[in-house]
Amino acid sequence: MENKIDITQNVEKKDLKYYAKVHSIESFGTVDGPGIRFVLFLQGCHLECKYCHNRDTWDINSGHYKSLDDIFNKIMNYKNYIYPRGGVTISGGEPLLQHQFIYELFTKLKKENIHTCIDTSGMVTLTDDIKKLIDITDLFLLDIKHIDDKKCKELVGKSNKLELEFAKYLSDNNKPMWIRQVIVPCFTDEKQDLLKLKNFINSLKTVERVELLPYHSVGEFKWKKLGLNYPLEGVRQADDNDIKRAKEILGIE
Amino acid sequence: MDFEQWKGFKKGDWISEINVRDFIQHNYTPYDGDESFLASATDKTKKLWNEVLDLYKKEHDAKGGVLDIDTKTISTITAHNAGYIDKDLEDIVGLQTDSPLKRAIMPFGGIRIVEKACQAYDRKVDDEVENIFHNYRKTHNDGVFSVYTPDIRRARSSHLITGLPDGYGRGRIIGDYRRVALYGIDALISEKQAELDVLNTDELTEEVIRSREETSDQISALNELKEMALKYGFDISKPANNAKEAVQWLYFGYLGAIKSQDGAAMSLGRTSTFLDIYFERDLQNGVLTEEEAQEIMDHFVMKLRLVRFLRTPEYNELFSGDPVWVTESIGGMGIDGRTLVTKNSFRLLHTLENLGPAPEPNMTVLWSTRLPENFKRYTTNLSIKTSSIQYENDDLMRITLGDDYGIACCVSPMKIGKQMQFFGARANLAKTLLYAINGGRDEISGKQVTPKYAPITSEYLDYDEVMEKFNQMMDYVAKIYIKALNAIHYMHDKYCYEAIEMALHDREILRTMACGIAGLSVVADSLSAIKYAKVKVVRDETGLAIDYKIEGDFPKFGNDDERVDKIAVDITKNFMNKLRKHQTYRNSKHTLSILTITSNVVYGKATGNTPDGRRAGEPFGPGANPLHGRDTNGALAVMNSIAKLPFDSAEDGISYTFSITPGTLGKTESERVDNLVNMLDGYFAQTGHHINVNVFDRSLLEDAMEHPENYPQLTIRVSGYAVHFTKLTREQQLDVIHRTIHERI
Repeated sequence: MENKIDITQNVEKKDLKYYAKVHSIESFGTVDGPGIRFVLFLQGCHLECKYCHNRDTWDINSGHYKSLDDIFNKIMNYKNYIYPRGGVTISGGEPLLQHQFIYELFTKLKKENIHTCIDTSGMVTLTDDIKKLIDITDLFLLDIKHIDDKKCKELVGKSNKLELEFAKYLSDNNKPMWIRQVIVPCFTDEKQDLLKLKNFINSLKTVERVELLPYHSVGEFKWKKLGLNYPLEGVRQADDNDIKRAKEILGIE
Repeated sequence: MDFEQWKGFKKGDWISEINVRDFIQHNYTPYDGDESFLASATDKTKKLWNEVLDLYKKEHDAKGGVLDIDTKTISTITAHNAGYIDKDLEDIVGLQTDSPLKRAIMPFGGIRIVEKACQAYDRKVDDEVENIFHNYRKTHNDGVFSVYTPDIRRARSSHLITGLPDGYGRGRIIGDYRRVALYGIDALISEKQAELDVLNTDELTEEVIRSREETSDQISALNELKEMALKYGFDISKPANNAKEAVQWLYFGYLGAIKSQDGAAMSLGRTSTFLDIYFERDLQNGVLTEEEAQEIMDHFVMKLRLVRFLRTPEYNELFSGDPVWVTESIGGMGIDGRTLVTKNSFRLLHTLENLGPAPEPNMTVLWSTRLPENFKRYTTNLSIKTSSIQYENDDLMRITLGDDYGIACCVSPMKIGKQMQFFGARANLAKTLLYAINGGRDEISGKQVTPKYAPITSEYLDYDEVMEKFNQMMDYVAKIYIKALNAIHYMHDKYCYEAIEMALHDREILRTMACGIAGLSVVADSLSAIKYAKVKVVRDETGLAIDYKIEGDFPKFGNDDERVDKIAVDITKNFMNKLRKHQTYRNSKHTLSILTITSNVVYGKATGNTPDGRRAGEPFGPGANPLHGRDTNGALAVMNSIAKLPFDSAEDGISYTFSITPGTLGKTESERVDNLVNMLDGYFAQTGHHINVNVFDRSLLEDAMEHPENYPQLTIRVSGYAVHFTKLTREQQLDVIHRTIHERI
């Protein structure tokens, strides 16, 4: 399948600056960025991660259109909780597929001094529009899919070239990021890969935190619900020891 | 007045009149530091607490969790001899009967309930007592049922109006127990005598006569309180001389109340900052150490954890786990901008660490966004560890109640010593809606409970038609409800007057008629379904609507969705206004609470299928909570929905019970504390009124259900109070487990 997604296909014409395809919201996010986060999950993803626990966010044709004003107003209902110490995190799906909308939203949020964050794979081309968005985003949660290009293609269906470039761009432009790595036993936690990842992280100047997310299979039911086979059927979940071991190799606490 | 015991205190109006607030304002020391000064439990405390734990175990193993009953002595302030846990170890003394955890009988509220309770635990009330209360002395319960009208009886037995205090003590009155410590009994008696003089009017009207009689009763009660203290070797006619005495005097005041009344909620008030003044004076004078100060508070709290009343098994189904609501209000801000947090606020909370978690006293933090940061972090950290604390919005309540109010029971604020309430349990609004659809026939029994209204006969429910009929039915319920409450409180004043609690009030007080509603979220969702989806009625052969089929989706309460939240707001205002149309006993002010305690289970059981898709018998959401599983936008969306409910129309409190797993609250301990602080700041800035905070994993509760012996102190917050999880009925345990526990996967 070609990875280009045209989010205007099969849907009524909407101005992509002012409308977003939304999967869901979580008003009390506490693990996707600093403090209490209003998390907006956008619909649509161009990757095919085998371990995806939100399989239902892939299809750009599902979800609902929400207007910029509606979303902004909704967020402002939570200002008492997310300001000054928390903020807004856009997750997905791959939120950067809807970068025009996020740019408009963040522009409005910055006027309210609200902290902005994007949870992304970084697997997008660094166009001028994306660079403009990076400029007004306070923090990136960058999910490194796999440091080894071949394994990356196998695991998520795409090369890691773009995301590594994305990370480097953030670093070169002084943009804070938290690096995330999902630990899938035997898939992402081999020693030489983790050491390679460590080297890469060390080459970046603006990494504030490295988070290891243990793979779990609770998203399996979502695949089945959609009538799909679960690609990681039988792969065990990561446990505390896996995380501990990976942390030791990466040299983080 | 002038007493040598007041040496070192700054003078003010409080020395020429009974005015505890003025004393506090002139003398207290706000504290914005952290908890590092706190002392651990002394050996004496540990030893004594271990004895209490042994007693708990014996109590738990005894039939029905009742260790012993004194079936012979009619409980009054002075009826029982002094009792001790272990006299040599106790800093603070005084028990309800002559032995710890031995329950007293209080038949003035109703003899039948006492008999029934004794029977349930294989005891029998003494013949002489039965003879007196069946043949010579009328009770509150007798009084109420001698005047109840047929319509009230029908509404009551069909569970339209529920939990009324017509067979047991009404409670929810807070004596200003601090007055005993500050002034001593003799000065309080002089004040009451002066009031009798004010009540020597030219015309002895019914009202004046009643007031004179009550004041005389209050004076007698004060004299009895002195006598009671003497049994323990203390003369409390004069003010307390030091911190230990202040705690002891204050506790004696409270003890007098719980010896003479077994009201549903017997709350303590707002005492810790008052007591801090005495602790500070003693610490300054070098006559007390921090260890000793903490020891006194630990021992005081141990006493509060031993308070017991004799209840029937039916009562336990409504309010499980032996709650007494020894509610203590902690913290808050003064109207001059200084915080009312003191070192003793920390000491009181610290008992949760020294003695372990417990439901009593019902620790209630009056939260302000301006509370000292250290205090915010300390109390939220304790919440995360113990799930034993509730929070109420001081910034909201201070507007109308000033800075010396306290919480009675769960969420009912009142100015200490200046205000009391006539507790009114609650009306089942979900059932009211079903009656509106069925023209006043009960959806379960089919009986005509209200006068015959025209039922709805259409296949699909029409929103406007339902609203019109719902309004009529609410009119009817409001009328019957106030009628019942007037009868109840007239009789309670007459046959079961709270003389000692009222002796610790001013003469002129504000009385509120504290009504309540249950099933608000069920009603809001039902009306939303009727308005935004299509609801088809299923009727039986007699035309009774017994079920509903919903076609399509609809907005649900708890998602910060204005379409349905507004319905909940409107119903609250509307029902409140309907209550206001009716004249109340003693011209009390109408108020309303949205609170169910654990009775959401029982009310749900008595209510048929509802148009929102809730099945017959399923529990309602507790208090103002959304129905389980209906909230899909996260915890803050729930909070925003609940915060919209207008406090102006529900001044008796709006209860929200919040449960979350530790991992969902944050990754590290410090992040969890940060997030909880920010969450509370946000919720209260949104004008939310109350929140119970529970932090635990579902698996923990499941394990506690199977192995209760491993969790003797596991405490959780339910609507407005805390309870030992293992003391809940199995149904209630399941309700708590099935309830939304915010969890991230």
